[in-house]
Amino acid sequence: MSERVDHPPLTEPTAWRGVELVVNGRPLTAQVESRLLLSDFLRGRLRLTGTHVGCEHGVCGACTVLVDDVPVRSCLTLTVQCAGTHIRTIEGLTTAGKPLGAVQRAFHDNHGMQCGFCTPGFVMTCTALSEAAERPDEDHIADELSGHLCRCTGYRNIRAAVRQALDETHGKGQTE
Amino acid sequence: MKPGPFDYEAPASLTEAVRLLADQEREAKVLAGGQSLIPMLNMRLARPGLLVDITRVPELSGLYVDEAGHLHVGAAVRQAAAAAAPEVRAGWPLLAGAIAHIGHPQIRNRGTVCGSLVHHDPAAELPAASLALEARFTIVGPGGNRTVTAEDFFVSTFQTAVGPDEILTEVVFPPAPGDGWSFAEHVQRRGDFAAVGVAVALARRQNAMHRVRVVFCGAGPLPVRVPEAESALEGRPLDAEALEGATALAGAALDPPKDVHASAEWRREGAQTLLRQALTEAWERTA
Repeated sequence: MSERVDHPPLTEPTAWRGVELVVNGRPLTAQVESRLLLSDFLRGRLRLTGTHVGCEHGVCGACTVLVDDVPVRSCLTLTVQCAGTHIRTIEGLTTAGKPLGAVQRAFHDNHGMQCGFCTPGFVMTCTALSEAAERPDEDHIADELSGHLCRCTGYRNIRAAVRQALDETHGKGQTE
Repeated sequence: MKPGPFDYEAPASLTEAVRLLADQEREAKVLAGGQSLIPMLNMRLARPGLLVDITRVPELSGLYVDEAGHLHVGAAVRQAAAAAAPEVRAGWPLLAGAIAHIGHPQIRNRGTVCGSLVHHDPAAELPAASLALEARFTIVGPGGNRTVTAEDFFVSTFQTAVGPDEILTEVVFPPAPGDGWSFAEHVQRRGDFAAVGVAVALARRQNAMHRVRVVFCGAGPLPVRVPEAESALEGRPLDAEALEGATALAGAALDPPKDVHASAEWRREGAQTLLRQALTEAWERTA
């Protein structure tokens, strides 16, 4: 019982492939161009525009989503490579009308953003950290956050948000 | 910033993958983690006709230590998985340490060890680490299998011994020289390409260095091993004199390039500073 999300054919000659995958718990079957990036599939085809696209060569981290619970760059991943996987995006974290989860609430409480463009990427990486078996240490957190650029402000509030989220999911840990 | 059109196949066997790569009609290219290839596709620096995704080939997903104590890393093994593997952390910590410098965690979650080796960016960490660890490379093509040493594997910038119709199926690491290791590099920001870096491996016996390996990345079109510095350190403890001697020899042996990121002189001096740090760290690790 999966939903079809086809796209009208394009004029440029290209190669199409059928893929089945699960996005935010929703099983999908789609015909996609081989070259369709996961970021463009999510944004253009599924209208999940919460995943932002910044640099499109893996540097900025805005497009980070979870593929089988692991944070990856959706701009450096082809949709066809994701056949059989479970994808989670920012839209999948909270149900409309329900309270925010620990990670999103921590970003809200600590004002871990300014313009918000980079935020979905940060939140997805932080979500993976919050689901890790053990609480990551400060070095590990810094390494994970180094994969995301925030051009507005700084990383102090973002780190505070990550700590608060981890305090909630893993209990109190070391602080600076 | 979108790739040009190409076809895509994800074969379930190595035989099928090799057959697809032999396609004469379309320029075929191997796709594994894609963390170097897809940026090049996005920028249309590469326009292949067919991508052969080898990550679904079961025989390429292995990471194991064989009976002779050699570590095998299959072509589909992701960098993050290799760095986290207990056998790698225990027996080949230099490999795990080099991987920690590659891009960002989100990149290492998808990028493969073999992919980085075949891509052979001159600033990349794994070519230098594989030369320091005297890795051997198994290459499969229409003509069968062959094994190539690290000295013969790297040909030039973005060029290796792997032909267009061949696949690097695994990299094999013999037992590491000893407990001493370090990987150090100069980057402007964490995750950037290194301006210059160094891999050091060594063993300590009776308070002296043995089997010392010194290999630089970012110092030319190939990873640069400095046998002069290695043999100068062999059989002696790491004291100030040994450090200065090795550093001077490395400085004389290197002929680093200049580019927008750094001058040749800056790279040479940076390489020497890194070597001092890396030798000290490697030696201390054996204590």
